[in-house]
Amino acid sequence: MGKWSRRAFIGAGVTAGGALIVGVAVRQGNPIDELGPLLANGENEQLLNAWVKVDTDNVVTAVIPHVEMGQGVHTALAQMLADEMDADWNKVQILEAPADMQYVSDSIGRDFLFPNLQVPALLEPTVAGGILELAQAMGLQFTGGSYSVRATGQRAMRTAGAAAREMLVAAAASEWQVPESEITAADSMVIHARSGKSEPFAAFARAAAEQSLPAKPKLKSPDNYKIMGQPMARHDIPAKVDGSAIFGIDADVPGMKYAAVKAPPVIGATVESMNASTAKTMPGVLQILNMGDFVAVVADSYWLAQQALNSIDTRYSKTEGDGLDQDAIFARYAAALDEAGEDGGDTQTEAGDAVQSFAEAATKVEAEYTVPFLAHATMEPMNCTAWVRDGKCDVWSGHQAPVNARQAAADAAGLAFEDVTYHNGYLGGGFGRRSDNDAIIMATRIAKATGYPVKMIWSREEDTAQDHYRPSATSRFKGGLDKDGKLVSWDNIHTHLFDPADAPTVPYYNIASHKIRKVDVPMHLRFGPWRSVDHSQHGFFIESFVDEMADAAGKDGYAFRRELLAESPRHLKVLDTAAKMSGWGNALPEKHGRGIAFVPSFGSIVAQVAEVDMSGPKPKVTKVYVAADPGFVVNPDGFTAQMESGIVYGLTAALYGDITLKDGAVQQSNFHDYRMLRIDEMPEVEVALINGDHERLGGGGEPGLPPIAPAVTNAIFAATGKRIRALPIAKHDFA
Amino acid sequence: MIKLNVNGQPREVDADPATPLLWIIRENLKMPGTKFGCGIAQCGACTVHLDGKPVRSCSTSLSAAEGKTIATIEGLASEDGTLHKVQQAWIEAQVPQCGYCQSGQIMSAVALLEKNPRPTDAQIDEAMAGNVCRCGMYGRIRRAIKAAADIDQPAQVEA
Repeated sequence: MGKWSRRAFIGAGVTAGGALIVGVAVRQGNPIDELGPLLANGENEQLLNAWVKVDTDNVVTAVIPHVEMGQGVHTALAQMLADEMDADWNKVQILEAPADMQYVSDSIGRDFLFPNLQVPALLEPTVAGGILELAQAMGLQFTGGSYSVRATGQRAMRTAGAAAREMLVAAAASEWQVPESEITAADSMVIHARSGKSEPFAAFARAAAEQSLPAKPKLKSPDNYKIMGQPMARHDIPAKVDGSAIFGIDADVPGMKYAAVKAPPVIGATVESMNASTAKTMPGVLQILNMGDFVAVVADSYWLAQQALNSIDTRYSKTEGDGLDQDAIFARYAAALDEAGEDGGDTQTEAGDAVQSFAEAATKVEAEYTVPFLAHATMEPMNCTAWVRDGKCDVWSGHQAPVNARQAAADAAGLAFEDVTYHNGYLGGGFGRRSDNDAIIMATRIAKATGYPVKMIWSREEDTAQDHYRPSATSRFKGGLDKDGKLVSWDNIHTHLFDPADAPTVPYYNIASHKIRKVDVPMHLRFGPWRSVDHSQHGFFIESFVDEMADAAGKDGYAFRRELLAESPRHLKVLDTAAKMSGWGNALPEKHGRGIAFVPSFGSIVAQVAEVDMSGPKPKVTKVYVAADPGFVVNPDGFTAQMESGIVYGLTAALYGDITLKDGAVQQSNFHDYRMLRIDEMPEVEVALINGDHERLGGGGEPGLPPIAPAVTNAIFAATGKRIRALPIAKHDFA
Repeated sequence: MIKLNVNGQPREVDADPATPLLWIIRENLKMPGTKFGCGIAQCGACTVHLDGKPVRSCSTSLSAAEGKTIATIEGLASEDGTLHKVQQAWIEAQVPQCGYCQSGQIMSAVALLEKNPRPTDAQIDEAMAGNVCRCGMYGRIRRAIKAAADIDQPAQVEA
């Protein structure tokens, strides 16, 4: 990816001439003075920020305000902009936006803060402005929540591309003295067919920059898409096959030293004392720091630092978390759920009378499910390089929210936001882990204490034991069927998780009475978003229980879900597609089973059918059929890759993922005791994509994950009659 | 000073002979393409070739590499910049996502194909099971290895 520098950007911009820079009109009060000439005339329409530029050599550069962690966002967002602009895809370049408050997304702020907000058109500009301010306050230049394409892409990149195109056309019309309506654009050229004139965008870039920014640029309808919907090759891939891609951990600063760190095994404890007598004598060791909440050794090489750290004998303070073992956590959950009883806890959604309908049901089913804590285990361990000197601070890392990281570094260094330069590299896996600031803060503190540039790297052991974990949870259900085997009552209470708030709800299933509640259970561990967040737990809970209800009704899982989705044709089509691909209903060999699961999440609808082979000593998932409807697929190959990836991430967790506690500390340390799925366990994955609503896009990074665990456990049930109600699958005996 | 041969170039480093080769490559030789993942030979992100064989450089000491030929991801393309057929196949199949494990994956795949130009699925499993991909691109890795293997085969003639 290209590297951003403010000077180069502005220098290549309108003030230097010869280039067009276009932003998105959102609200009044644009604070970027340098881009002033581009401001629109409309009272409520002004530039939010620059998203595209055209250089004198006719290269169109898309400025992408999201980070690349393998999800292909740089390419997908550039496709959206380039298509609306009628740019030549072969000459489109990509630049990741800097960690600047001006790239904070109001769309993301809106979807985080007010997911269901309906605003009359008249009030829209005011509300958008207010949300932008809130989003900025929260530092939401954030990549996650499967938001990039559906929010930034749909609302900003396309608009910016269309606006740039209209401005170029207007400039050409003025120069050629012909009506705008007679001018077309294609492959980064403006064309007047009648007179035979055509010129590259660059020829009109400067004049276009003088044009008013269109208040409401006209967006293409899907039948006119040329680049959107195409499986364009990802821009970041070539650098990822020749070793040249620079990740956060690859930062190279002259004079840099290396730090290894160790935090107390029980999170929340502090370092009471340490004996570093051996470490002090080790060659290459520069400093041994007791930072209170962790110990750091700084040395001439990372390996020396880690060796010295390993030799230090550290005593930690006692905490309330001490003495807490794995079983006690689930006992705590059970006690909280028992205490809530029939009416306690916080009600999240309710319709009809779930208690009454359950009492009257012809068939009653009750079940309890549990899922464990999970670590993210990004391939690139947590790391950060920092240099604090002369009232300035530079920070290098790979982070999902660069503005947040920059602010965290400023706070840790005791400096102002403006005094910190944040440099984002590629992320060696994000999955939610790289939205936390812990590594940024630690490295900045070490750098401040030493005065020279320091690269801090966590060992894999530290990365595993000091994660912000996916929460464990317990969920209890009571379900009732009427005499025809129809699901009429749904009563669910579960231990509290994070977000999104819709994760435990099932509005797509037609169930007359339902009540969904949560209870809070305090824990000393730190929690963080983990790919698909609460859908990772609730997807398993809900789709396992639906399968149990189907079984109680004497129906197969597919037919039962068809009845529940009968009034939702778009959902039904996804379910039907997955079932049809899998040959649902066809006979399988003995000890093989098929399971289905259906989870809409992050705006996308996904159904999966898993096939398992239970003839060996442990379950083998052989095939996964996926049908997904994200509204419109911008990059089919990229979206397919996200489905494959979500399945492997979710299948790894379903089969093996289990972070356990003993005496308050995490017991797992590295890949030998926190297992990953490997190539010999990889199922064949077949993906079908459905464009169900091009105006309402869904995400891709997360929705592939939630259905896989229940699809597999439902398949195990089909093959063996054994119902898995507690993950991971590996702790169950199938002998 | 310890003498090494890295990607065909003679190199000398002044470091503790017990230092894992991984950190010598990354910090002393400033070649960051080889990645740190686990430190205990469990993930394969640090895979390089030592005298043509794939090794985990996080668990191979500098002294063990002395006088031997080391190949890293940076040396895979030919001098004119033409990518190795495995790298080409990787792009063709759009294998990498985050990309962090891919140097190791590619080095393992290259070593496999050098030893066994037409590997079966089981042989691919055996050679590649030591390389973790957290983005889960195993299906594409398998496809790319088979495609790279086919590059050396004569074109199929249609009947």
